[in-house]
Parts: sequence; C-alpha cells; structure tokens
Amino acid sequence: MPSFALDLRFALRTLRKGWWVTVVALVSLVVAIGGNATVFGLVWLFWILWTTFSAGFAAIDMSLFQQDTPAPGSEGGLANAIIGSLIMVGLATVIGTPIGVLAGTYLAEYGKKTRVAGFIRFFNDILLSAPSIIIGLFVYEVVVIQVGHFSALAGALALAVIMLPVIIRTTEEMLRLVPNALREAALALGAPRWKMISRVAYRAAVSGILTGILLSVARISGETAPLLFTALNNQFWSTDLMAPMANLPVVIFQFAMSPYEEWHALAWAGSLLITLSVLALSILARIFLRQSRMDH
Amino acid sequence: MTNQKPETDTANKLQVRDLNFYYGKFHALKNNSLDVATHKVTAFIGPSGCGKSTLLRTFNRMYELYPGQHASGEVLLDGKNILSPGTDLFRLRARVGMVFQKPTPFPMSIYENIAFGIRLYERLSKSDMDERVESALQQSALWDEVKDKLRQSGMSLSGGQQQRLCIARAIAVSPEVVLLDEPASALDPISTLKIEELIYELKKNYTLVIVTHNMQQAARVSDYTAFMYLGELVEFGNTNQIFTNPSKKQTEDYITGRYG
Repeated sequence: MPSFALDLRFALRTLRKGWWVTVVALVSLVVAIGGNATVFGLVWLFWILWTTFSAGFAAIDMSLFQQDTPAPGSEGGLANAIIGSLIMVGLATVIGTPIGVLAGTYLAEYGKKTRVAGFIRFFNDILLSAPSIIIGLFVYEVVVIQVGHFSALAGALALAVIMLPVIIRTTEEMLRLVPNALREAALALGAPRWKMISRVAYRAAVSGILTGILLSVARISGETAPLLFTALNNQFWSTDLMAPMANLPVVIFQFAMSPYEEWHALAWAGSLLITLSVLALSILARIFLRQSRMDH
Repeated sequence: MTNQKPETDTANKLQVRDLNFYYGKFHALKNNSLDVATHKVTAFIGPSGCGKSTLLRTFNRMYELYPGQHASGEVLLDGKNILSPGTDLFRLRARVGMVFQKPTPFPMSIYENIAFGIRLYERLSKSDMDERVESALQQSALWDEVKDKLRQSGMSLSGGQQQRLCIARAIAVSPEVVLLDEPASALDPISTLKIEELIYELKKNYTLVIVTHNMQQAARVSDYTAFMYLGELVEFGNTNQIFTNPSKKQTEDYITGRYG
C-alpha cells in the first residue's frame, strides 16, 4: 500500500480515538474557511458601495433634479432620466402586478397539481431565469418593429415581462403558506370560492405578496438591457409614451462610456440614485415581511 | 350492521342512510346509518382514522373541495338528501355551520370576523349589523371579554377565545346544525370547560354534532354517542347507555381504554 494511504489511515484512526481533537480540528477548519469567504465577499460589496457613494454624492446637487441631460462637455442634470425611469417602472408595475397576482392566484388556488399549472410553473421558472436582454429583444421584435419606432410603452412592456415571473412566484408561494383550515373555514360559512380568495386568502397573504411586488420593482429599476432597444433614450424632456424616453440605466450606460468628465459625474449620480431607491425598496419589503410574520 | 336507534320523541334533523365514503380507492366509511336528533348533542368517538371526522364532513359536503373524494348513500337534512347533485352548496353550508379543530380566525378584526359570514347572505344597516354581531358574541359567551376591542384583530385573542370567536362566526349566520370537529383538542382545560359549557347552552337553539377524541368530553356534553371503528359504526345510542352499559364488546374495550 502506498505510504500516503497509510498515513491517511493513521491520521483518521488517531482522530477517531481522540474525538475531542477531531471536533476542534473540524470546527476550526469550518470557521476558518467560512470566515475568510465571508470577509472576501463583504470586502467587494463594501468597496462597490463606497465607490458609488463617494463618487455619487460628489456629483449630487439641486441641478441634478432640475436640468435635463446635457450635451457633451456642458453642465446639466438627470431630470428627464429620473422622470422617465419613474414613468416606465410605474407603468410596468401597473401592467405586471395584476397579471402576475392573478396568475399566481390561479396556480395556488385553482391549478394546484394539474398539468396546465405544471406547464405554467415550468415556463415561469424559465422566464424567471431568462437573461433580460433576451426579453428586450423579444419586445423589440414584437412591439418596436411592428410599431415602427422606439417608445416608452415598449420599454415598460419589457420591464413588465421581467417583473411577471417574480410576482407570479411570490404570489403563489405566499398563498400556499395560508393554512388550508382558513380556506375551509371561509367555505364552510357558505362563501363562494372567489370571495374566500379575495376576502380571506389575500388578506392573510397580503404582506408577502406586497413584498414580492416591491422586490420585483427593485429588480427592474436597475435593468438596462431590456430598455436599450425598446425605450432607447432621449436627450430631452419627454413624457410621451409613444416616443423614446430617457431613463437612468441607459443614461448611466452611455455617459459612463463617454470621454467627458461631466457625463462621468452624472453617471455616478445616477448610479447612486438607483442604489438608494433599491435600498429603500428592500427596507420597505423587510418591513412588510416582518409585519406578515407578526400576523401569523 | 345493526344499529340501535336512539329512543326519542324529538324529530331527527339529520338522517344518514347507508353512507359510504371513498378517499380515491380507500373505503373510509362503510354503510353508516344513524340519526341526529334535533336540538341535541350527538358525539362521534373512536380511535384516530376511524372515520368520525370524515362522517362529519359529509354533513356540509366539505369533502367537495378535494377531487378524488366522494360519497354514496344518503344524508337527509329535514328529509332532503344533501348528497344529491342538485343541492345548493352555499345554501347547505349556511344551514350547516362548522367549527374546526384548530381555531381559524380570519385575518381581520373581531367584528369583521363575524360580519363576514352575515354579509354573505344579508344586507344589513350598520346598527342591525352591530346587533347581530353582539348577539352572536353573547351566544358564544365572548361578548364581555371583547366588547371593548371589537376592532382589534381576531388573531390577537387567546386560543380559547379564538375558538369561541369561530363558534360565534358559525352561529351568526343562523344555521340549524353546527358541526364541531374536535373543537377543544387544541385548548387548555379551562378553555375546554368554557367550550363545553357553551355547547350545553347552544343546544337550545341548534342541533350539534361533535367529533371528539376525549371520551370524558363526549360523556359530559352529548346526549347520543356513536362509536366508530375502521369506518364502521359499531354502536350508536344514548350517551348514558353507551358509557355505562355498552352492548358491544368492542365499545366496552374502547371506553375502558383497552385499545385505541
């Protein structure tokens, strides 16, 4: 037998005899690996946050919210991009939420284990992990080419398609957490099923569903790829849904790659705005989630 | 299958005739026949899995929710077979209310918990609704404990209070029969006692059917008792007679704690 294998056997035998040594060895190994990995991950996170915050705050002033995106080499703000992002994310939420909640409700309350529900769940999972650029391309093909020009509406549609699987998933999961006894209790009173769902099941799951919606809003608020060839961009103030519209992610994308100092500063300011709004949404989602835990 | 009919002069609210029940292929109830007397308490006892809850759930057709479960035979409510396909399920469940093992308050205020059921059937003015809510809470002996916090969540109550809230909710829609599926098994002894006292009060106005694991409870609260085993109705009769002088060896063994 090769000597290495013998050594290994000897080591294992010793470890087995002295279980105390084994425990100490294992625990210190786990702590060392785990601790290092955590620190390694956190360092990057804080580095990114630090850069964003320092560069972003340096570029923020009132003109950011008052002036539109400037021509190369001149001063300006992000007012048109901020309002554009708000409009498109808002419109996407208005389109995506009802469809997503209804689909999730179907899966949890009606479809359950049927074959149709299985198919929907399967394709929803694919949609959930689909790269967002593909969804942008799809909307470009289906909407932009048919209509003949880029538009804010197409951008909002692309964002809505990205939200959809997240909302469907969380709605279904949250409704599934509602105890069946509660459904039976409502039905035992003679309530029709739709009333049981809308008055009792939704109310029991509302904070979870809201959390899902908030998280999906957080997800789309930084999406760039699906907007690149749907809403495109607009250097000027525009609230026309049928015209190209400025938006933060694409402005950041274009300005960051430009050679102009002023544009770089605006790109950092935009990044900070997105980071802060995602942070705010996450905190809000946490509050809702805590509320739902207290209810049960 | 020989069943002793309870000797009573009161009319029978529910009559079960040759009832068979299937969970998919599993034959859960075998040719059950019994009568549930009006304004009395009928208890179903037996070991776990004997079919007592299954039998109870046929009385409001709760099993309809789950595909694969079906019943054959007859359950007559005031002489009409509720298992027939033409039965209006909503109407049936308004007439036959149910309280479950675990308290199931809806995630809304105490007031809304009760108003929910009433609103399904009636449009009432605010003051009429207030009256109905109060009367339901009075009947379930909860009014004094909650009258100052009707707007608080039903979930904020203790387990025993939640269960009495569920009873109030069930009787608020003025049913004729109330089904109780182990209503006290998740509660402490004092809350259990309150529920038992409540059952005694309620039978003046309602016909009650209770499923219980607790034989002392059945002996205390019921007028008639059915002992079930493996889907068969072994013995049915006066509670006194079942507990003091059972006619079947099986019943005696179960009641004296020899199995189950």
